Amino acid sequence: MELTGAQSLIKSLEQVGVEVLFGLPGGAILPVYDPLIESSMRHILVRHEQGAGHAAEGYAHVTGRPGVAMVTSGPGATNIVTPLADAFMDSVPLVVISGQVATSAIGTDAFQEVDFTGITQGVTKHNWLVTDPDEIPRIIREAFYVATTGRPGPVVVDFPKDVANAKTEWSWSDEVDLPGYRPPAQPDMAAVKKALELIYQAERPVVYVGGGVIKANATEELTEFIEMTDFPLVTTLMARGAFPDTDPRHLGMPGMHGSYAAVTAIQKSDLLISFGARFDDRVTGKVSAFAPKAKVIHVDIDPAEIGKVRRPDVPVIADCALAIRAMVDEMKRVSASKKSVFDSRTKKAQLAWREQVTEWKTLFPFAYDGKGESNYAGPIKPQQVVEELSAASDEDTILVTGVGQHQMWASQLWSFSKPRSWVSSGGLGTMGFAVPAAMGAKVGQPAKTVWAVDGDGCFQMTAQELITCSQEQIPVKIAILNNAYLGMVRQWQQMFYEERYSEVYLSADLPDYVKWAESMGCVGFRVDDPGEVSSVIEKANSIHDKPVVVDFRTDSMEKVFPMVPAGASNDDILVHPSLRERLAKEV
Amino acid sequence: MSFTGTQEKQLREEEGTELIRPKSSHHLLAIKVENKFGVLSRVAGLFSRRGFNIVSLAVAPTEDERFSRISIVVDAESAPLEQVVSQLNKLINVVEIKQLHPDDAIEAELLLATLKVDKSSLVGIEKTVTKYKAHILEKNDSLITISCAGTPTKLDELENLLQSYEIVALHRTGQIALPKLEFLAK
Ligand SMILES: Cc1ncc(C[n+]2csc(CCOP(=O)(O)OP(=O)(O)O)c2C)c(N)n1
Ligand SMILES: [Mg+2]
Repeated sequence: MELTGAQSLIKSLEQVGVEVLFGLPGGAILPVYDPLIESSMRHILVRHEQGAGHAAEGYAHVTGRPGVAMVTSGPGATNIVTPLADAFMDSVPLVVISGQVATSAIGTDAFQEVDFTGITQGVTKHNWLVTDPDEIPRIIREAFYVATTGRPGPVVVDFPKDVANAKTEWSWSDEVDLPGYRPPAQPDMAAVKKALELIYQAERPVVYVGGGVIKANATEELTEFIEMTDFPLVTTLMARGAFPDTDPRHLGMPGMHGSYAAVTAIQKSDLLISFGARFDDRVTGKVSAFAPKAKVIHVDIDPAEIGKVRRPDVPVIADCALAIRAMVDEMKRVSASKKSVFDSRTKKAQLAWREQVTEWKTLFPFAYDGKGESNYAGPIKPQQVVEELSAASDEDTILVTGVGQHQMWASQLWSFSKPRSWVSSGGLGTMGFAVPAAMGAKVGQPAKTVWAVDGDGCFQMTAQELITCSQEQIPVKIAILNNAYLGMVRQWQQMFYEERYSEVYLSADLPDYVKWAESMGCVGFRVDDPGEVSSVIEKANSIHDKPVVVDFRTDSMEKVFPMVPAGASNDDILVHPSLRERLAKEV
Repeated sequence: MSFTGTQEKQLREEEGTELIRPKSSHHLLAIKVENKFGVLSRVAGLFSRRGFNIVSLAVAPTEDERFSRISIVVDAESAPLEQVVSQLNKLINVVEIKQLHPDDAIEAELLLATLKVDKSSLVGIEKTVTKYKAHILEKNDSLITISCAGTPTKLDELENLLQSYEIVALHRTGQIALPKLEFLAK
């Protein structure tokens, strides 16, 4: 079948099962937008290419399928570098098709030419410059294969205009020929058994669950593992939803703004079992003081994560689902011949440990002033908004966030029960992520409610995608925790720069978020009174045909606690002022 | 270029100089890569991105035209070898990485130098050429170009000696390496 390169690209995208593309056309990608008219794929016209990238990420987060974005050359391409970097950090399968100037013009500083494969080398798993139209199907096949297998990640296919216009034969093969790419799958059983030896002897174990568990769809296996061992666990920012927060064994999120119980349990543990986590500095704090007495089992599909930060006692290089499955099966085999895999002395120690961590959990909850007080008269506490939103949401609701204080409160206080119900920018910490990612999440899961908890600063970076949402009928809901500040930065200046505030004040009233929302075709609400929070949430939840934006005027001076100051040991965790006396007695 | 450790040893013995073991403050990596557009930049880019220092780097085609071999000497101080290798392995176009400990490898490098000559310096230069089994490639009344292959240590010595002449240009290729035969057999 003879086609143009552009038609071949569209047909190849259809062939790999793409249902939706987020994009914005321009000169170099024009030929590809023409056959798109006849395609079965849905194209969503964003207002800024960064929006396309984050939307594709949001789509990937909630569906587990690769997100796809299409942009033109030059500025279109550079506008999507941030989402590529974001997806690279958080292992999100993202395929970006970028237009490029004609191959004959490459290297001549042609109009809207940038060396996009060069620029994106450090923020993609791999990238391709297509030079031969006959290679289009093979490259698309490979691009999706690389993006979605092993440790997932973003890829770029740079597509010159003359390649799009050239004539080519289209033929499909499911084969990939990538001699240098062999993602690991099954764990080495010897490593699994060695890991279990440590597990059988652990007296103060903690399971440290990372985003890899979500990526590998390993939550069932994780649940089985916890059921068999009764070990306490923590879920990182990338793993929220991997295990129900309501389970008493779940200690919450570790790290800089993690729960006291999660942080302290890790510090005092004698065995840390890491499933798909990468010992990020926001989790470890000062690395040399991180979990100093713990032996470490590190399960990861990426061999380069092993020993990058902390040298494990037992590395297991495998897909998380397969590795945990192998551990569970082996434990079942061993326990078939005896009552428990643990001897009674170890079990006793583990029970005492469980009691200890549960006590920490009860003694040091996420506290804030006025919590649950009926006579509280102050400004709305941002934490209250998250708690009420969570309470008003069903377990299928998807929560998306921006980056900053609001993100931490959302992660801390939302009660998660299902994987892929949380979409947040972790490794890169990209302000402006929420609105477009929420759009992509809603496109991926149209039957589910999608709430974004966003900051006022973040919202202003990418709010224009609400126009896309209105036009394309993607009814997302945005709760702005409007504290009139770049709050997270302000908190650091408050705590570590003697309250010398430098360039962090925005404004509560400028812009007028309600009018702005309305001008973008959304419904807008404003809430000042803590007593009205729940009724406005209810109103917002009753709107199904339009995007909704709620401007929650929150306490502008509120800080996120607990907090481990940057570079400090996790032992030096600061709890909420109301809990300091209690903590002083504890240690 | 054929230059074995035994030959090197013999040469040294003949000359009465002792064999200086290469310092092992470096790692040797032989990286087989797909012969694709931009692959060298991907490999080099990874080193700078991850903060690993390259001492030297040489690229050449292999016996199979689909692949090239990049020989890299990595500064051992700048990064744990294991991290360097596993990060390199993540590059899609990297097919195979062989690590060689300097003690287990035959290392060689090529040096080219153009020197100013006159009657009085020629004798000395020719002596050095013979001693180091170098070659005179070109010569006229005032200039001479020589080449010499050998271990990096040997070339360091030679380069030092040449400093006493007037050097117009001097280039070294960066070292390449193969496992010693005893390790190849395994
Ligand atoms: C693109 C980008 N620029 C700057 C930062 C640094 N930064 C981290 S949090 C933050 C403040 C975010 O303000 P806002 O969205 O209002 O959230 P808040 O912390 O007030 O909840 C800033 C500026 C960032 N993470 N991303
Ligand atoms: Mg703010």
